[in-house]
Amino acid sequence: MTKQEVADIINGFLVDEFEVDAASITPDAPLKETLDLDSLDYVDLVVVIENNFGVKLTGDDFKSINTFDEFYNFIIDKVSKK
Amino acid sequence: MNRRVVITGTGLYSCLGVGLDAVRESLYKGKSGIVFDKVRKEMGFRSALTGYVPEPDLTKALHRRQRVGLSEEAKYAYVATVEAMQQAALDIDYFDKNIAGILYGNDSSAKAVIESIDVVREKKDTTLLGSGSIFQSMNCTVTMNLSTIFKLKGINFTISAACASGSHSIGLGYLLIKMGLQDMVVCGGAQEINPESMTSFDGLSAFSIRESDPTKASRPFDKDRDGLIPSGGAATLIIESLESAQKRGAKILGEIIGYGFSSNGEHISNPNVEGQVRSLDMAIKQAGIQTKDVDYINAHATSTPIGDKFEAQALYQFFGDHTPVSSTKSMTGHECWMAGASEIIYSLLMMHNDFIAPNINFENPDEDSAKLDIVATTREAKIDCFLSNSFGFGGTNSTLIIKKFAP
Repeated sequence: MTKQEVADIINGFLVDEFEVDAASITPDAPLKETLDLDSLDYVDLVVVIENNFGVKLTGDDFKSINTFDEFYNFIIDKVSKK
Repeated sequence: MNRRVVITGTGLYSCLGVGLDAVRESLYKGKSGIVFDKVRKEMGFRSALTGYVPEPDLTKALHRRQRVGLSEEAKYAYVATVEAMQQAALDIDYFDKNIAGILYGNDSSAKAVIESIDVVREKKDTTLLGSGSIFQSMNCTVTMNLSTIFKLKGINFTISAACASGSHSIGLGYLLIKMGLQDMVVCGGAQEINPESMTSFDGLSAFSIRESDPTKASRPFDKDRDGLIPSGGAATLIIESLESAQKRGAKILGEIIGYGFSSNGEHISNPNVEGQVRSLDMAIKQAGIQTKDVDYINAHATSTPIGDKFEAQALYQFFGDHTPVSSTKSMTGHECWMAGASEIIYSLLMMHNDFIAPNINFENPDEDSAKLDIVATTREAKIDCFLSNSFGFGGTNSTLIIKKFAP
């Protein structure tokens, strides 16, 4: 999977399912502030990532992710280790 | 404290139509909302008959966090409540700044529970259920979600009383307001309509198998009735103290003057006459009226052989033969947890439009219904006061009496 493919999938569900403004999603944008998600939303994010990439994240994983770019890289790394 | 309690808002999500006007039209015309659902046949149902409502799309009305916890029946309840709020001239800002409660009837959220268990069985990981599952699955899914969405700040819980749930929710709200403990309560009943929620009920052989003619299948009090038809949706009533309504300048749709209740304390599914009569008696005494003052009875009658028989006996014992009776379940099917609330709204529509909706498919009486004045075709009539019965499994009985408001 290329980084662009991963980014397209993530951006797609963030816009469609999490109702995030597409224009606010840039590689350097801060993940937590941009998504404005509460603790329940992270539960749903874990589900949608598993459904799309077949990898399981935990709430703790998000603590080390600051930007969208880091988010894409984190998923790429997880998928490559499947 | 003994305050007067009035109804100022009503909303429906019903198989008889979208919106109060459409439902009034269906009631007047005696239009059935029953369909044949082939999915049920494929699932192994004995009867594929059901009332039908589409699932509402709320993506534009609510944001994601508000939507994910909504079960099917909570979506119906949301739509019905929005309509009731509009009629009552209320908005979220009012609820945010005043103390209004919610008491809503609901006795299952089967689809949400089944879907969550399916996920866990497949994935073997509960953290993959998502955040909405718990709020959809609990019996209080309607009150949990609506109290959050509408910023309700008073009493907040669900009444689970089988097919009398909706009626008891109004009765309990009425008592709280009458006693001065609440000024306004959002009441109602919701009922999921998916096949999964009705499998065990179908398994009791409780449903009509007149599948060749769906609109003729629900025939309360008729000699040839062979069972009920499941149905659903939601019905919401805004009830408040007379002082509250007058202070707001709200239009008053009717006054609740009596709430009777009882438990049979006998068989888990079979009704009895004595329990129903006690409920009727309590409601009439509380209302301070005589039986002759009731202009219309909206019967519980679901079209089951035994249920209608016992209710006909109870009504004859209590009212004699002079009070017009119809069961709107002949058109709607049995809206179960919702029925006790929706039938108050159906009856209010009759009261305000001077007619009694027909008990359709009443072609031949049996020995018990022959003693009653069953309204088989639409009747023009002035209704000043009506009574509505609701009974449920476990022998729970509820009777409400509503009167046209007179200052």
